Amino acid sequence: MTDEKVITAKALTKKFGDFIAVSSISFEVSKGEIFGFLGANGAGKTTAMRMLCGLSLPTSGEATVAGFDVYKESEKIKKNIGYMSQKFSLYEDLTVKENMRFYGGIYGLTDKRIKEKSQQVLADLHMEAEQNKLVKSLPLGWKQKLAFSVAIFHEPAIVFLDEPTGGVDPVTRREFWEMIYQAAQNGTTVFVTTHYMDEAEYCNRVSIMVDGRIEALDTPTNLKKQFDAASMDEVFLQLARKAVRQE
Amino acid sequence: MRTLKFLLQKEFRQIFRDPAIVRMILMMPIIQLILLPLAANYEVKNVKLAIVDHDHSSYTQQMINKITASGYFQLTGVSNSYNEEMKLVEKDEADIILEIPAQFERTIVKENKAPLFMAVNAINGTRANLGSAYLQNIIRNYNQDIRMQWIQKPRFNDQPRIEITYSNWYNPHMNYQLFMVPGILAVLLTMVGAFMTSLNIVKEKEVGTIEQINVTPIRKHHFILGKLIPFWILGLVVLTLGFGVARIVYGIIPLGSFVTIYAFAMVYLLAVLGLGLLVSTYANTQQQAMLISFFLMMIFILLGGLYTSIDSMPEWAKTITKFNPVAYFIEVIRMVVIKGSTLKDISKQLLIMFGFAIVLNGWAIFNYKKRM
Repeated sequence: MTDEKVITAKALTKKFGDFIAVSSISFEVSKGEIFGFLGANGAGKTTAMRMLCGLSLPTSGEATVAGFDVYKESEKIKKNIGYMSQKFSLYEDLTVKENMRFYGGIYGLTDKRIKEKSQQVLADLHMEAEQNKLVKSLPLGWKQKLAFSVAIFHEPAIVFLDEPTGGVDPVTRREFWEMIYQAAQNGTTVFVTTHYMDEAEYCNRVSIMVDGRIEALDTPTNLKKQFDAASMDEVFLQLARKAVRQE
Repeated sequence: MRTLKFLLQKEFRQIFRDPAIVRMILMMPIIQLILLPLAANYEVKNVKLAIVDHDHSSYTQQMINKITASGYFQLTGVSNSYNEEMKLVEKDEADIILEIPAQFERTIVKENKAPLFMAVNAINGTRANLGSAYLQNIIRNYNQDIRMQWIQKPRFNDQPRIEITYSNWYNPHMNYQLFMVPGILAVLLTMVGAFMTSLNIVKEKEVGTIEQINVTPIRKHHFILGKLIPFWILGLVVLTLGFGVARIVYGIIPLGSFVTIYAFAMVYLLAVLGLGLLVSTYANTQQQAMLISFFLMMIFILLGGLYTSIDSMPEWAKTITKFNPVAYFIEVIRMVVIKGSTLKDISKQLLIMFGFAIVLNGWAIFNYKKRM
């Protein structure tokens, strides 16, 4: 982890009519950091993330991702990020290999590079035997791991993960986080939203959103000290109880 | 360009991997072209006729024979009572009642004219219209027949007669299939072009993969081309298949050149693909896309001149058909297949179709946003 900032947000705000989904949030994320983005359902995590990915235009405030402005340079941002949405994002009617080839191809990787990288990913995931199977035939845990591998297939500077481990069993979740660590070690910045407080402990720094605002932002250790709590779970509950907004 | 290659590869894989789509593309033209032209026939046959005969003379007997011998009518009742026959109409067992008054024969011989009464069940307008027209025609002929019998010597003809001879140009045998098959082909092409495209794109919205596409550096026009090109090709495949069926089943070979037809079809497909794209930018679920498609398809077909002639529509409806791309294609394909029109003859329609293609695609591209 270096001091180079790959994501900066200043007073970033998104309104849908009268409803303020994200209210003036500010933070910075360093290169190679695993940045946890926590909050109850409807707190505004996904909206904030979508603004950073260039899927949604902010109402006001400033933000840069990989050094590019979210207003004017969203297409440049897109070349430098990977994204894994809450909804499953691979094509179920394509095979494992075809999905990798497609996503590799649209990020401009050469055929040779796609081939090498595919072999490497298949080996890492121990999925060589499944490479020609349709994605819809795979178990959920495998699909999620594959989706993550595809999201970082083109080796982006930053990867955004929106609740990547929802509905996945504890063993696979553990393996998933090992993959996240591996990616971070290779210099990829990881921006991850989650509901699981044990996962929050794995992050370098954590921000907790309540009603569209960031209520706390620090390392898990400091947060626990600050709120005089034994676990991140307690920290989260103390903050989340203040929420007025319902789902 | 490389991006487009990957997009096309993906689309074709997905299309051919979905057995439902492949079946649709192959079976739809074949089944529709075989069934519809045979069933959709304008000729009215088997009109159910009930006769109330108060006269029972040899004249009425001759007339009834002439009517039944025409082949258009099916005699469902002969009686003395109008009320009795009316019951048949109420039960839908008779379409027309012909009432012959008492002393019909005597009146016509003595007074040189006699009234007949015809009551028509007009629930089915076409059937009523054509049925009564046929009947009037037969009676008129019969009228002439009996007069010919009276006038033994045709030297002095008290009634000047105008006889019309006619020939049916372009479709001498008034073959309905020659008229219907090209029209159905036009509708088929519209279904493939507009609706399969919109469903395909909306499916990506529904599943969520479109969001993944939107965070990639894929350019908007690449994505759109990646969606349009496969269906453009499939549309031309369906057209080719359709002409194959038309030739094998109906022996229909276009009088004009295939070049003219395909040139127009290529532009036409561009326009309807644009329409499909447009629908997909408004619909969020496949269900919505389906409903919009059904709504449009009904209007397109009913105001497209497939079944009813546009010339006989009221002015306001004619104005609507000017905004119906299907109407142009039906017109053009009939012109080329039946009349042998050339590219020059259809240049006006071709130009209008280019206009449709530009407006619809432009609108759709404007509406398609990579971010909200």
